[in-house]
Amino acid sequence: MTDSKYFTTTKKGEIFELKAELNSDKKEKKKEAVKKVIASMTVGKDVSALFPDVVNCMQTDNLELKKLVYLYLMNYAKSQPDMAIMAVNTFVKDCEDPNPLIRALAVRTMGCIRVDKITEYLCEPLRKCLKDEDPYVRKTAAVCVAKLHDINAQLVEDQGFLDTLKDLISDSNPMVVANAVAALSEIAESHPSSNLLDLNPQSINKLLTALNECTEWGQIFILDCLANYTPKDDREAQSICERVTPRLSHANSAVVLSAVKVLMKFMEMLSKDLDYYGTLLKKLAPPLVTLLSAEPELQYVALRNINLIVQKRPEILKHEMKVFFVKYNDPIYVKLEKLDIMIRLASQANIAQVLAELKEYATEVDVDFVRKAVRAIGRCAIKVEQSAERCVSTLLDLIQTKVNYVVQEAIVVIKDIFRKYPNKYESVIATLCENLDSLDEPEARAAMIWIVGEYAERIDNADELLESFLEGFHDESTQVQLQLLTAIVKLFLKKPTETQELVQQVLSLATQDSDNPDLRDRGYIYWRLLSTDPVAAKEVVLAEKPLISEETDLIEPTLLDELICYIGTLASVYHKPPSAFVEGGRGVVHKSLPPRTASSESTESPETAPAGAPPGEQLDVIPTQGDLLGDLLNLDLGPPVSGPPLATSSVQMGAVDLLGGGLDSLIGAPNFVAPPAATVPANLGAPMGSGLSDLFDLTSGVGTLSGSYVAPKAVWLPAMKAKGLEISGTFTRQVGSISMDLQLTNKALQVMTDFAIQFNRNSFGLAPAAPLQVHAPLSPNQTVEISLPLNTVGSVMKMEPLNNLQVAVKNNIDVFYFSTLYPLHILFVEDGKMDRQMFLATWKDIPNENEAQFQIRDCPLNAEAVSSRLQSSNIFTVAKRNVEGQDMLYQSLKLTNGIWVLAELRVQPGNPSFTDLELSLKCRAPEVSQHVYQAYETILKN
Amino acid sequence: MIHSLFLINSSGDIFLEKHWKSVVSRSVCDYFFEAQERATEAENVPPVIPTPHHYLLSVYRHKIFFVAVVQTEVPPLFVIEFLHRVVDTFQDYFGVCSEPVIKDNVVVVYEVLEEMLDNGFPLATESNILKELIKPPTILRTVVNTITGSTNVGDQLPTGQLSVVPWRRTGVKYTNNEAYFDVIEEIDAIIDKSGSTITAEIQGVIDACVKLTGMPDLTLSFMNPRLLDDVSFHPCVRFKRWESERILSFIPPDGNFRLLSYHVSAQNLVAIPVYVKHSISFRDSSSLGRFEITVGPKQTMGKTIEGVTVTSQMPKGVLNMSLTPSQGTHTFDPVTKVGD
Repeated sequence: MTDSKYFTTTKKGEIFELKAELNSDKKEKKKEAVKKVIASMTVGKDVSALFPDVVNCMQTDNLELKKLVYLYLMNYAKSQPDMAIMAVNTFVKDCEDPNPLIRALAVRTMGCIRVDKITEYLCEPLRKCLKDEDPYVRKTAAVCVAKLHDINAQLVEDQGFLDTLKDLISDSNPMVVANAVAALSEIAESHPSSNLLDLNPQSINKLLTALNECTEWGQIFILDCLANYTPKDDREAQSICERVTPRLSHANSAVVLSAVKVLMKFMEMLSKDLDYYGTLLKKLAPPLVTLLSAEPELQYVALRNINLIVQKRPEILKHEMKVFFVKYNDPIYVKLEKLDIMIRLASQANIAQVLAELKEYATEVDVDFVRKAVRAIGRCAIKVEQSAERCVSTLLDLIQTKVNYVVQEAIVVIKDIFRKYPNKYESVIATLCENLDSLDEPEARAAMIWIVGEYAERIDNADELLESFLEGFHDESTQVQLQLLTAIVKLFLKKPTETQELVQQVLSLATQDSDNPDLRDRGYIYWRLLSTDPVAAKEVVLAEKPLISEETDLIEPTLLDELICYIGTLASVYHKPPSAFVEGGRGVVHKSLPPRTASSESTESPETAPAGAPPGEQLDVIPTQGDLLGDLLNLDLGPPVSGPPLATSSVQMGAVDLLGGGLDSLIGAPNFVAPPAATVPANLGAPMGSGLSDLFDLTSGVGTLSGSYVAPKAVWLPAMKAKGLEISGTFTRQVGSISMDLQLTNKALQVMTDFAIQFNRNSFGLAPAAPLQVHAPLSPNQTVEISLPLNTVGSVMKMEPLNNLQVAVKNNIDVFYFSTLYPLHILFVEDGKMDRQMFLATWKDIPNENEAQFQIRDCPLNAEAVSSRLQSSNIFTVAKRNVEGQDMLYQSLKLTNGIWVLAELRVQPGNPSFTDLELSLKCRAPEVSQHVYQAYETILKN
Repeated sequence: MIHSLFLINSSGDIFLEKHWKSVVSRSVCDYFFEAQERATEAENVPPVIPTPHHYLLSVYRHKIFFVAVVQTEVPPLFVIEFLHRVVDTFQDYFGVCSEPVIKDNVVVVYEVLEEMLDNGFPLATESNILKELIKPPTILRTVVNTITGSTNVGDQLPTGQLSVVPWRRTGVKYTNNEAYFDVIEEIDAIIDKSGSTITAEIQGVIDACVKLTGMPDLTLSFMNPRLLDDVSFHPCVRFKRWESERILSFIPPDGNFRLLSYHVSAQNLVAIPVYVKHSISFRDSSSLGRFEITVGPKQTMGKTIEGVTVTSQMPKGVLNMSLTPSQGTHTFDPVTKVGD
C-alpha cells in the first residue's frame, strides 16, 4: 500500500470521482480522497475545483485529515478568496483549542493563506497566540507576524504587533527569542528605516544567553543579528567575541560561518597588540579548514567566503596552503575557487610547493581549469618576485607541450611578466615567436603583438611579423587592432627608415577604413603626434611604463570591508554588495566595519562610505569609474591622453591635411586638450591655444559682465577624510557654460596621480563634459586649480535636496565620495527672457497653488540695480510697473531642463527703513521655487 | 527565507514541488536546466544560480536535485545545510531516498516538509521530533491504521520540542541497554611519484548508536585528545567541559546520531597505513600503455588492513582496459572510465 495508488486515474473523470468520495459519509474514504487531492496538487495538477468539498472536511477531530485540508487551503485559498472565508470560523475555533499543537497549527496555517479578507480575522487570534502560555504557540505566532507583514505591512503596524514582537526578544524561552529575532530581521529587511532591531547592551546580553540554548537555525538568526550591532568599545567587542567563539565548533556549517562573520567584524575593533587578538586569529583557522571537508556545495560557498577572508586577514590561513590543493574528484567550481585562494596565499615560503601543484594542474584534462592554472603561474611570478624565474621556465615547459590553449594562456601571462619585470626575461621571445601561427584567440594575439612591438629592436623580423598580422586587419577583434596599431607605431619610432610604409598603411586602415571610434581616435592621435613632433611622439609612445602591480584582481578595500559584513550571505558568494543584486534594491543599508577604538592606531581604521549616503550611490559611481581608469590604462601612452569627443569630431570634419597645419596650434600647447568650442573654461591660469584665445577675447568684454555670481570656494572634502587629499571648489556659469572650479591640495606625504571624477545621477543631469585633467602628479603640499567643464546631458534622478550633487573622486590611493549643493543660478540659461504676452498668459495659466511667496530681507537696492544684477545671472526683467510708489518687476528665467520660472519682485525705493524685497514665484514645478529664491538671495546680497 | 523547493530527477522532470510562501511558477527551474546543460555532468552544476527575480540553491544527492528557491538575501549555507537535512530526513523515514520512494510516499513527504519549515523558517528538523509528529510509514502501521482508523500524525506536542534537550524524547525504555560507537576516519592524501606523502589529513567522525533507558548522562574521554585539531559536536555535547578538560560529556539522543566530527590537519604527522607506488609506460608505436599500481601495508601497530579497494579515474581518451590484479577482483566501467 503506497501513495502511488493516488496517481492512478479512472476513465470517468477524476475530479468527478474525487468529489463523490469527498462527500462520502465514511471517514476513512474521505481521508483517502483528500490524500488523492494532495497527491495531484504536489505534481502540479489543478484540483482547485474541489475547493468547497475539501473545506467541508475541515471540521474534524482527526488531526491528519485536518492537516491535509490545511495543506490544500494554503495552496488554493488565493484563487478562491470568497470560499476561503468559510474556513475562518474553524481557524478561530482552533486557536482556542486546549491542545497547543492545534492552536499553533491554526495560527500557522492562517498566516499562510494570503487572502486580504482573512487577514482581518487573523488579528485577534494572533494577538492571543503571541501571549500564549505555551512557548511552542508563541514561537509559531512570532513567525506569523512576519507572514502577515508580508501580506499587509500597514495592518501589522496599526495593530501594534511589532512592539509585541520586540517584547518577545526578552522571552524566557530561547526558541521564542530566536524566532522573534528571525521575524524582526525579515521585516527589517523590507523596511530599512524602521529601526526595528534596536540593539543595546542589554538586549545583546539576552541574545547571547539565548544563543547557547536554541536550535542551530535559531543560532544562525541570532548570530546574523549580532553582526549588525556595533559595540561601544573594544572591551564589549571582546566579551561578545568570547561568547561567540564556541559556535565555531558547531556541526552546522552555516552556524560556523555566521560566527566567523561576527568575529571578523568585531575583530576590527580589537587592538592588534592584544593577546586575545592573536588567540582569536588562531581559533579562526581550523573551522574554516574543516568547512572544506564538507559536501562540495558547502565547500563552494565556504571557499567564496574564505577568498574574502584571506584578502582581509591573510594571516589567518597563511599556514594552511595545503588544504587548498585540488583533489581529483572536486567539482570544477570548487577547483577554480581553490586555485584563486592558492594564489592569494602564495608567498616566498610556500611558492615551490604551489608551483609544483600548478604545473600538475596545467596538464589536466579540463580546459577551463588548465587555463586558470596557467594564469595562476603567471600571477605567482608577479606576486612573488623570487619565484619569477622558476615561473617563466615552467611556462616555457608548458609552451613546449604545444597544446593550443596552454600556449595561448602562457603567452598572455608572459606578457604580464614582461610588464612587471622589464628587460629580464626577453631571452624567451624567440620561443614565443615560434608559436605565432597557432594563436587564434584575440587575447593571445594581442599579447603577442604587444610583445613584438615593445621589443621590436631585438626582434630582427619584427616588421615582417607585424605585417603578417596586418593582412587580415579588418577581421581582427578591436583588442587586436588597437594593439597592432600601437605596436607598429612603436616599431616605426624604433626603426623609422624601413617601416614608413607599414606605419602609413596601418594609420590609414585605422582612421579611414574603420568604423570603430576608439580605433579611429587612437589612429588620429598617433598621426598627429607623428606629423607634428616625432621627438615628442617618441617621448609619449615609448615612455617608461609604470610596472603593473602584483594584485590587480583584489577587491577594492572599501568594498571588501563592506563584504566582510556580509560573510555567509549571497553577497559574499557574488562578491558584490547586496544593493547590486537584491530585488528592488530599496531596502539596502550599507554596512561598514566598525572603526577601531581610540586606544589603537586610528590611522588604520578603514575609510567608510559617507554617513547618510543614499542606497545605490556607490554603485552608480564605482563601476563606471573602474571602466574609465581601465580605459586610461589600456592606452599605451605615458600621460593620459583623452579628450572630449567633440574635439575629435571637429577634426574629422576637416580634411586630413588639416591635421598637419591649421589645428597644430591647438595641439601645440603641451597636454592641453581643446575643449568643445562652446565651452569656455573659467580658470585663468590654464594655457590656451593661440587660435582659441582670440575667440575668448571677443567674449571677454561681455564675459565679465554676464558672468553670474560666483561663490567663494568652500572645502568640500577635508583632507582627513580623504587620506590627505583636500578638495575645495565652487560652481560658475559664464557665457552659456557651467563649470566646476576645483582646487586640489595634496596634504599627504606621497605623490598623487591618476585623478578621475564622476558624478552620481542628479536632478538636472549635471555631468563632467571632459575628464578631470590633472597633468602632473600632485606632489605633497602642492595645490592645483582646475576648471572642470560641465554639461547637463547626464542621467537624471531626483535628489533630496534638489540641488544635491554627489561626487566621487579617484586617485592612485583610493576613491573618495563627497556631496555638495550647487547654487541653482548656474542652471539659468541665457535665452530665459520671455515675451510679455507669453509671460501674462503663462502667469495666468499656472495654478495659484503653485505660487510661492518669499521675502528677501535687508537689500537696499533700487529697481534698476536689482534688475541689472539679476540680468547678469540670467534672470530677465520682462516688464516693470510702478504701483503706489512700489516698483513691481516681472521677471522670467529658464532652467537648463526647460523649466520656466516666473517671478514678481516688489521693490520699495526711497524707503530706507523698509529694505525688504517681496518675491513671489510661479512655476509648473513648484519644488524648484525654494532654490530659485535662494539663488535670488545669493545674487542680490553679494 | 526559503521560498519553495523543487525535486528534479536526473532526466530533468520536476516530480515534486512545495511552496512555503506564495507559489513560484515551476518555470523558474528553466534557469536551472540551462545551468545543468552547460555543466555537462550532474556533479558540476553550480550550487548557486542567480535568476532575474530569484536565487536557486541546489544540492545533488541520490541522483536527485534538491533545488531551493529564495528571493531575499539568505545565507546560502543555511539553505544548503537545510537541504541536506531534508535528504537525511527522507533517508531516515524511508530507508532510501529515491524518486520512486518519494513518489510512493508523497503525502508523508509533503507533511514532513510542511513540519520542517514554516514560512521559510526551520521549524522542526530533529528527526526525533519529526518522527513524533509524523510517524514513518511501516507495513505494520499501515495495516493497523486501516483497521483502527488511527493516523500517522501524532496529536500531541512532541515533548522534546521545547525542552533543554530537544534531541531526546522522555520516557525511553529498553530492556537491553547498549551503546555503540563507530570511529570512521577518512585520510585524504596526495602521494607523489616516488611514494612520499605531499599532504595528508584525516577527516574523522564518531557515529553512535545509543539505546539507553531514561535520561543517561555520558562521558567519553580520549587517550590523546590533543591530536584532534578542529572538532564539531552534536549540540548535545557540553562545550565548556571539552574546552577545560577535553572530555566529552553529553546526554545522547535516542538511536543513531553523529557525536562529533574532527579534523587532523596536515601539520600533525599523519601516518598512512598503506604505501602506494605506480608507474606508467607507453609503447612507442602503438596506442597501448601500461599502468601499474602497487599497494601494500605499512607498519600498522598490530592492526590488519582489510577490504583494500583501488579506484582509478581514467581520462576520457582511454577506450578500454584489461585488468590483472595480483589479488582480489576487478571491474571496469567504460562509461564513467572508473576502474575498480
